Amino acid sequence: MKIPVNAIRLPTRPGREYESRFDREQSLLKMLAIPIASVVIASMITALPIFTAEPLLPPFGLLMFLSWRLMRPGLLPVWSGVPFGLVDDLFSGQPFGSAGLLWSLAMLVIEIIDSRAIWRDHVQDWLIAAILIAAILFGGLWITALAHAAAQPVVLVPQILLSILLYPLVVRICARLDSWRLAT
Amino acid sequence: MAPPPHRRPGFSRRAQYGLFASYVIAMAGTVVAAFLLAISIADPAGFSALRAAAAEITAPVARLFSNIGDITRNVSGNASAYINAASKNATLEKQVRAQQVKVIEAKALRVENARLRGLLKLKEQSPQQVAIGRLISSTASSTRRVATLSIGQTSGVQRAQPVRGPSGLIGRVIETGPTTARVLLVSDSENLVPVMRVSDGLPAFSAGLGNGLVIIKPLNLGESPFKVGDVIVTSGNGGLYMPNIPFARVIRKTSDGALALPFADPGNTPYAVVMKPYLNAARTAQQTVAPDGKAKEVAE
Repeated sequence: MKIPVNAIRLPTRPGREYESRFDREQSLLKMLAIPIASVVIASMITALPIFTAEPLLPPFGLLMFLSWRLMRPGLLPVWSGVPFGLVDDLFSGQPFGSAGLLWSLAMLVIEIIDSRAIWRDHVQDWLIAAILIAAILFGGLWITALAHAAAQPVVLVPQILLSILLYPLVVRICARLDSWRLAT
Repeated sequence: MAPPPHRRPGFSRRAQYGLFASYVIAMAGTVVAAFLLAISIADPAGFSALRAAAAEITAPVARLFSNIGDITRNVSGNASAYINAASKNATLEKQVRAQQVKVIEAKALRVENARLRGLLKLKEQSPQQVAIGRLISSTASSTRRVATLSIGQTSGVQRAQPVRGPSGLIGRVIETGPTTARVLLVSDSENLVPVMRVSDGLPAFSAGLGNGLVIIKPLNLGESPFKVGDVIVTSGNGGLYMPNIPFARVIRKTSDGALALPFADPGNTPYAVVMKPYLNAARTAQQTVAPDGKAKEVAE
């Protein structure tokens, strides 16, 4: 007996309640792409039409990078400071290679700290991030002064304070992204 | 969170070598970055192609947000204009009446000026525009004060062209891409501008401080001759910026000069005009001998 074809139906996916909830795997693409994309997009924030009289916009790329490194040790490889830093240099206006060098040195410093202070809480991570942010921003100014006439170091103080205060917020964003990254 | 115990990867040779390799790559990467940095310090314009490409990629988003910002600014401006409209109208009419006399006097002066110039056979230096664009982003997180312009080589923008806004001088072009260009703002420490006081033509030069202000230093040594409120304009010396572009207003006197606030606020300028260098022929001749940023002392 022939079944009369009166409607073309696409095969329907089984509803979610019938899928197995055990042993599902995360998407590999999401696991890799979310940390990388979040740092690069945070570096690109300077491309938005934000104008400040003094350097005031926190270096969001650096904050995001440090958050991922301190919140999820072992996720970013030791050498990842170089590529992320070089991408940041394209958008930050610093001499090319400045963040590449400074972020990579920061990674090595955190690696040393990881071998000394193994169990840390959020406040200690914040302290480490604060010291690194200040060091990297002053280092960036020093590098700029090698290539060009540069401003006095005092102009960086508001930016450093703002960046340190914004770090916990960026860690929160990172944690949300991380739970999305690892969701099945 | 504690780091995973990857430092002791057990007896697996593969894991041990992988760990070792990651440290080697990290060290090598640091050295490569330091090398790239050395190149870009030796030749600051060296990686401009990469930066221009990055600016081209992000320019559409920046243009979109710039337009949105403009619209919201206009809407809020229109809305606030309705508040106190009647009293504002009255004061403005009073001002217009008061200024009408001055406008007539100025017109008379212009006619007289033209007549005298004709007698002296001076040719009028007309401002030569290259293109009109807008500032779409800036390096707000770096100590370098560089803004991105929405037009580039396709509109005729070239390196070392002055950029001005309706309210004053913005800076000069330092790098160009196909549809974007980077402008060194006058508040950058590297940007030296020859200026003069508008009231008596006192020659001086200006250098940025990196915090939105510029420092004005007179060419003559001695006590600072400036007063708070002095208006500074470009002087045209050096042949790059044409004279009498509004530049800055003195806000504080220092021992050997003055701090001044530039008239052009890059965040609030509706458009930016790229202009030809003022004395183009003389400047071209000078640039062939000693290009900007590559000036060397010539042995006599």
